[in-house]
Amino acid sequence: MLTDSDLQAIWLTTRLAGITTVILLLVGTPIAWLLARSRSWWKGPLGAVVALPLVLPPSVLGFYLLLAMGPQGPVGQLTASLGLGVLPFTFWGLVVASSFYSLPFMVQPLQNAFEGIGERPLEVAATLRASPLDTFFSVVLPLAKPGFITAGVLTFAHTVGEFGVVLMIGGNIPGVTRVASVQIYDHVEAMEYADAHRLAAVMLIFSFTVLLAMYLRRPKPVKGE
Amino acid sequence: MESINARFKLDWPGFTLDVDLALPGRGVTALFGHSGSGKTTLLRCLAGLERPSHGRLEFKGQIWQDEKTWLPTHQRPIGYVFQEASLFAHLNVLGNLNFGLKRSATAQRVGLEQAIELLGIGHLLEREPDTLSGGERQRVGIARALAVGPEILLMDEPLAALDLKRKQEILPYLERLHDELAIPVIYVSHSPDEVARLADHIVAMDGGRVVADGPLVETLARLDLPIRLGEDVGVVLDATVGEIDAEWHLARVDFAGGSLWTRDRGLPTGKHVRVRVLARDVSLAVHHPEPSSIQNVLEGTVESMGADDHPGLLLVRVQVGASQLVARLTRRSAAQLGIAPGLPISVQIKSVALME
Repeated sequence: MLTDSDLQAIWLTTRLAGITTVILLLVGTPIAWLLARSRSWWKGPLGAVVALPLVLPPSVLGFYLLLAMGPQGPVGQLTASLGLGVLPFTFWGLVVASSFYSLPFMVQPLQNAFEGIGERPLEVAATLRASPLDTFFSVVLPLAKPGFITAGVLTFAHTVGEFGVVLMIGGNIPGVTRVASVQIYDHVEAMEYADAHRLAAVMLIFSFTVLLAMYLRRPKPVKGE
Repeated sequence: MESINARFKLDWPGFTLDVDLALPGRGVTALFGHSGSGKTTLLRCLAGLERPSHGRLEFKGQIWQDEKTWLPTHQRPIGYVFQEASLFAHLNVLGNLNFGLKRSATAQRVGLEQAIELLGIGHLLEREPDTLSGGERQRVGIARALAVGPEILLMDEPLAALDLKRKQEILPYLERLHDELAIPVIYVSHSPDEVARLADHIVAMDGGRVVADGPLVETLARLDLPIRLGEDVGVVLDATVGEIDAEWHLARVDFAGGSLWTRDRGLPTGKHVRVRVLARDVSLAVHHPEPSSIQNVLEGTVESMGADDHPGLLLVRVQVGASQLVARLTRRSAAQLGIAPGLPISVQIKSVALME
């Protein structure tokens, strides 16, 4: 069935998507909270920046990230001075790029979930002696659980499906940056249509299953009460 | 004993709140007014849910807000009941009750048990909020606010979101709160009926300002109350059940100045009650009237007269013993009777509402 290099690519993809999802849960949650709660003027610009990866060609995003993380870029100089080397064409470079690329898929469902909760439960919690931080963990997180599940699944699935950014930042190094989508591209380039078919079918079934599961369990909307 | 001093100035587009108040540290104070009068905003300022640009709030000697101080809501020893019960959907009833209890330094388990008992929700503890009726939800909301062991209870129209039947279901519990709570209660309402039943003290608001403020009985007897009550103009009398006439199913209630007969509602003699007498149910006669279907006739003296909402109508305040009643007459009948301050007069009362 699948070759060893296919399996290696699938494992790499899974690892990349998993790590990206965890990072974005940590980074995206506060951003989504700010966007949902703030009435400040920078809310619009921040929301637009977060949504950029939805419309930018992945090559554009990849190009800028490549420059920033390269030896001459500010991020690259920082990582080099920290003794981490430069990130392009490494697995962690892919993680960073994926985190930018998938950011809106984490932030937007969370923002919707936070906005759906509304102001009232927060006020109730305050009158019941809960500090704002306490309220976030004991009221907001449980009420936003369906939003977290949606955001996590979408982020994971979207990272699995990325191609352009990977090619720009990671290239095509077996076991390091050759993820499943790139592997399929390689198969097609090499006219190995049978191999491409098998891996493509795996991707198709995976994506369909994930989306089906989400639509079937379509969470109840969070009600005010 | 005034123990809450509040001064707030708040400017919003289209709305200004400007109040300077001293509220009693015990009993139920009603913040009364029409919608948009600022009563809920004032309550939210007391709770720290709104932060007015200028304000000073002192509760029993503690500063909650002034130029330098701002005590955030979660550090104020309050209980707050919202208009909709706003129970946490992710917790069951007991979880909701425990939420504040766990976080409050002053709360005691016995307080929770009392709150559960007082609101009659012992059988609901394991239920999820969305399986409760509106009335049950609100009772849980009130118990949740009491369970934190607050030093003051703030209630924002807790009955407004409920239909008449649910209101009737909850009012007895609120009356029990009134009788049994030692802490002051600030109760926002636009319903004269609720205010007459529950309040000891009334703060009437209009357009973001306080327009009248004082003990309930005296304030309702004012003829110059600057908010329009329409059909609800009337007085409240503190009374005691004096006698039960079993044959006719009537009860006699005695107040400072006389007695009234009303339907027997099964209250024991000696029980303290409130009697609400609406101005439209009071008529006046210069001579003691012929026997009629009206059972309650009292003797009094015209004390003062005041304008009513309609130019054809007049409000007349009559001193009956130590109490005052207000009657609504047409200006013509007042002129024909020669109503003037000092005139001895017979007061006929068509109906009274007895409130526990």
